[in-house]
Amino acid sequence: MFAKLARDRFAWLVLPAGILILAVFAYPVFWLLVRSFSDPSWGLQNYETVFAKVIYLKVLWNTVAIAGATTIGALLLGFPMAYSMVHAPPLMRKLLVFVVLIPFWTSILVRTFAWMVLLQPNGLLNDMLIGIGFIETPAKFMFNRTGVLIGMIQIMLPFMVFPLFSVMTRIDHAYVQAAANLGATPVKGFLRVYLPLCLPGIVTGSMLVFIISLGYFITPALLGGRKDVMIAQLIQQQISDFGNWGLSSALAVVLLIGTGLIFAVVHKVFKVGPDARF
Amino acid sequence: MDRVSPWNLLRGVICALVVVYMIVPLAIILIISFSAAQFLSFPPPGFSLQWYDKFFTDPAWLRALNISVQVMIPTAILSTLAGTAAALALSRSTLPGTAFIQGILMAPLVVPVIITAAAIFGVFRIWGLYGTVPGLVLAHTVLTIPYVLSTVVTALGLVDRRLEDAAENLGARPFTIFRRITLPLIMPAVLSGLLFAMVISFDELVVTLFISTPTVRPVTVQMWSNIRGSVDPTIAAIATLLFLFSLLALLLEGLARRKSNQPRAF
Repeated sequence: MFAKLARDRFAWLVLPAGILILAVFAYPVFWLLVRSFSDPSWGLQNYETVFAKVIYLKVLWNTVAIAGATTIGALLLGFPMAYSMVHAPPLMRKLLVFVVLIPFWTSILVRTFAWMVLLQPNGLLNDMLIGIGFIETPAKFMFNRTGVLIGMIQIMLPFMVFPLFSVMTRIDHAYVQAAANLGATPVKGFLRVYLPLCLPGIVTGSMLVFIISLGYFITPALLGGRKDVMIAQLIQQQISDFGNWGLSSALAVVLLIGTGLIFAVVHKVFKVGPDARF
Repeated sequence: MDRVSPWNLLRGVICALVVVYMIVPLAIILIISFSAAQFLSFPPPGFSLQWYDKFFTDPAWLRALNISVQVMIPTAILSTLAGTAAALALSRSTLPGTAFIQGILMAPLVVPVIITAAAIFGVFRIWGLYGTVPGLVLAHTVLTIPYVLSTVVTALGLVDRRLEDAAENLGARPFTIFRRITLPLIMPAVLSGLLFAMVISFDELVVTLFISTPTVRPVTVQMWSNIRGSVDPTIAAIATLLFLFSLLALLLEGLARRKSNQPRAF
């Protein structure tokens, strides 16, 4: 009885959040997407521009290349890290979780600023390398692809480590043991038994990192150079500097569809969701 | 089983490097913020609080801090109330299509934030909310509702429904049940949602960058425009304060969670 009465009363409570999201999020996004077909005049001309001009295609390619390289880097660092977290003694595990989580809790701007201090031409890394005589003239660590990747991989690492960690903790080590007992070398046992068992974590983590990287703005804008402009920066530039809503909206649609497609394909092929809540 | 094979050695080396990679940049910011030098130099020649002093006496930074707080507090309250209410509706009512509704309410988390930023900027200019504190509050509220919602929905799922049923059988009215039974049990999650919302609002840059103007400019946007000019140690001081702020929120959140475990002990 409470049930029925209260349930129907509680239903109304969805309205404040619902109205806010519809008015300040869903409607604006819809408004933006329509601009891609209607600004300055109705038609597909904005999409033609995006896919016909070399400079825009280059930005699309940069976006995919940077997101891809970030994913690979995060996987190469995140996999051993997650493995160690699973197999470390409790105290060590706590420390490693803390290390991965702390930067996760600091703002991206702060972390990117830290990289700028370290990587700039007269920054700490160059000072140190010149100091020990490793190099003679300052090396270029930022305003190029290296800088973008150093910054992005650090920011994305938690999104890779935690899905891997949650899958690895559930793997029964008896399988690896069995493979060893049946004569598999450690490398073979790892490649044929352990790695396939980790696949759901690898896929989820990689998908998260790749999708989040695709729309990234702050880090590439601060650490990248002219050749590392990604789609989000182009959207921002086109709006703030040129007021070109049609083109930016078309780019936004491309980004949204790209993100959605990857999500759908991964979901279909691997039957895993975005296990973002770890 | 754990022999020191070359693979384990390699794994150890990679982990050590990752630890350095994650921690060192932040540690350096912390150290530089207390530097006595007039410009960036490492290691700093001496200890000084000059950069903190500069932050708390410079009118431009104070104005920015004021705006950030003016946005953060209403945002946190609004999104905690709206998010908690929606979580109750989604997990305690006969509302049809809850999965779909939850999907829509969580969408700001999934859609790339640059798209949200451009979209909100576009309509806010038409609605006259561009460059205003209420506009920033509304935008930040929408961005933080998903965090509150998912935290509270999870907590509501963990509440033992027999407690609510028992209260009902004893004649308690729905609102009383919520106030006396459900709310105390989900309070840690509500508080952690509130803290999440505060931290995210204070740290948000992308949407804020689009809808703020030089007169209404929160701390992160002021940092953004300063960083692009030159590397100023004042930023290191602010970065340290921001970091401590997040750390404090994290500790409070952990404390709230620990407290929530107590009732389960008996």
